[in-house]
Amino acid sequence: MHEIFFYFLVALTALSSLSVVLGRNPVNGAMSMILALVGTAGLFAMLGSYMLAALQILVYAGAVMVLFVFIIMLIDIPATAAYRHHWGTLVAAILSTLTLGGGLTFLFLAPEFRQSMPEIAGAASNGSGLVFSSQAVAYGAGLMGKYMLLVQVVGILLLVAMIGVIVVSKDLRATNSGKSLPTPPAN
Amino acid sequence: MPGKVKEIERKPLSLAEKTFLPQIVSGLKVTCANMLRKKVTREYPDVLPPIPPGYRGMPTLVKDPDGREKCVSCQLCEFVCPPKAIRITPGAIPEGSPNAHVEKAPQEFEIDMLRCIYCGMCQEVCPEEAIFLQNKFTLNGLSRQELVFNKERLYEAGGTLQDQHFKWKKKKEAEEHGNAQH
Amino acid sequence: MDWIQLAIEAGFGLAFIIVVMSMAGLTVVAERKFCGFIQGRLGPNRTTIPILGSIPFFGRLITRMGLFQLVADGSKFLFKEEIVPGHVNKFYYNLAPIVALIPPLVPLVVLPFGQMTLADGTIRQLIIANVDIGMLVILAFSSLGVYGTVLAGWAANSKYPFMGGIRASAQMISYELTMGLSILPVFLWANVPGSTEGLSIANIVVFQQTHWFVYLQPLTALLFLVALFAETNRAPFDMAESETDLVGGFHTEYGAFKFGIFFVSEYAHVIVGSGLFVLLFLGGSNFLPMLPNPWPIGIPGAILSTLWFIAKTSALVFFFIWIRWTLPRFRYDQVMNLGWKMLLPVAIANLVFVMVLLAKITPVAAQ
Repeated sequence: MHEIFFYFLVALTALSSLSVVLGRNPVNGAMSMILALVGTAGLFAMLGSYMLAALQILVYAGAVMVLFVFIIMLIDIPATAAYRHHWGTLVAAILSTLTLGGGLTFLFLAPEFRQSMPEIAGAASNGSGLVFSSQAVAYGAGLMGKYMLLVQVVGILLLVAMIGVIVVSKDLRATNSGKSLPTPPAN
Repeated sequence: MPGKVKEIERKPLSLAEKTFLPQIVSGLKVTCANMLRKKVTREYPDVLPPIPPGYRGMPTLVKDPDGREKCVSCQLCEFVCPPKAIRITPGAIPEGSPNAHVEKAPQEFEIDMLRCIYCGMCQEVCPEEAIFLQNKFTLNGLSRQELVFNKERLYEAGGTLQDQHFKWKKKKEAEEHGNAQH
Repeated sequence: MDWIQLAIEAGFGLAFIIVVMSMAGLTVVAERKFCGFIQGRLGPNRTTIPILGSIPFFGRLITRMGLFQLVADGSKFLFKEEIVPGHVNKFYYNLAPIVALIPPLVPLVVLPFGQMTLADGTIRQLIIANVDIGMLVILAFSSLGVYGTVLAGWAANSKYPFMGGIRASAQMISYELTMGLSILPVFLWANVPGSTEGLSIANIVVFQQTHWFVYLQPLTALLFLVALFAETNRAPFDMAESETDLVGGFHTEYGAFKFGIFFVSEYAHVIVGSGLFVLLFLGGSNFLPMLPNPWPIGIPGAILSTLWFIAKTSALVFFFIWIRWTLPRFRYDQVMNLGWKMLLPVAIANLVFVMVLLAKITPVAAQ
């Protein structure tokens, strides 16, 4: 029973992720991405991390993707828009994939991770999940205690990003030149 | 009209008004009162509407209290009818009939209810008070032919007019008493 | 044993869905009836079923109440021809009603619908999944609810549904913030320091045995109610389907049973939302504020408290209907202004106020 669910969710997540990457239609891509996020949330739930599962759906599938869909609809990209390859993009994609893959491999092979494996596996197998990811109280305490500094840093980062977006979208130059009066001819 | 326009400053909203809440509450009160009030719906086929006097419904032919058909087929209504809905075939009254003293009677009298515009001119013009627009306002049928009412149906719908003129009867009696001009 | 447990829970879930769906149907009739009453009319009162309608007293009563109208409407939706317009995106057009119906039904598993007093005096909340993140689950799935609307609007491939979809998503984003911020003060209040209940709704219900949050935190309740109206797309916030300017909004191109599903899902949303408001602010299955619960021990108590909960929810559903036929619809920019410029700052101020208040009045927990 458990296995059936697991393989179903894995297939769902993998296939919809592939569809995000390979599909040309932006709305199809967004919908597949939602499906992938929901599938991941299901996997979290199967590990007993209900908290993470709920947050995954609430934040990503519910809020972020609504914005995505909203914007896709608003700017109305034609589904057949030709995709042009840029060498720079390709190089960046390969580099970042390699970095991420290398990092993950390094992490999985690290002795510390292996030592903590039984703890994680044990928590998952008896259905309780890690305390941090399954209980709202523990999650909140972690967020507001142990990881307080990180939370603040991320908050500042988001604030800066928001200000940056406002500055960029305001287009200060245009308003300045538009409002400046014609200079009187010099004598 | 500059100078004649008087501008009135709109009063700024108070804090309570800005929240809309007092207005919403008063609106809810209004609708609640409406909910409890007597309903204005008339449940039509079960409860018929009151029909005012002078209502112009379906045109019908009437008989007098003796059971004589009042129409003498003068065809005034046929001529006056704006949409030409009335068709009369005049005919003589056979000798020996109790109504033989009356000049004529319609052999056939048809009103096309689909053409009729319920103007009431036929009623107004009738010298014999034989045709009346009555209260009936629901007419329906499955074919056009069905809505062309013939004489029987018109009399059936019309019934008897309880007037006490007895014009033709009095005329006959006057003649019998030797007074040809009444 | 595991399978039996699973079967019982599945059975409860099914029963819950049946109850909510039939309540949604009844709400449709109630909406038409009360709308009629408010406008001085009688509402549907003629439709009848041959044999059932001729039962001496009840047949007449049910006919007059318009309950057979529900059957007539439902079968009409079911037997009408399913027309798929030629210009739509077939896949998403068919998918949208399904996506719209699921989100209001999933959160049912975390709603504590009643309580049972055991023989030894302990009280158990009746709930299908008593998890400490109940509130998060509800928020998560209610935020998924907008996809049905958005997909329907997009797939219909014509301008009015599209506008409806866009409006729905923007409104959703705006009011979800207020909703989340107006839930937090309740949980802050109910969770004494050191509590491990987290975001469990059952805990809120237990807390409200003596005092209800609706008068402990009236402002929070008001904010939540307004956000709830916006989230359920009900008048005066029914931007997504405002008939005056968008024909039928997101379901303009839908007909027959697909439209019926949208219709029912809207009412299911209303019922679940009302249930949530009752749980958070009106004491859930508790009797009345400041009175001890009169529920007898065992199953009868469980049934009574569940019925009481349903009665409260129905009262709130009636309030939804009442509001809909009282207030005019907001203009779209007014909805956005209200959401961002009034409700959100007030919600944040309210949260801060409650935090400060709680810090002042509660004794500092043992460090």
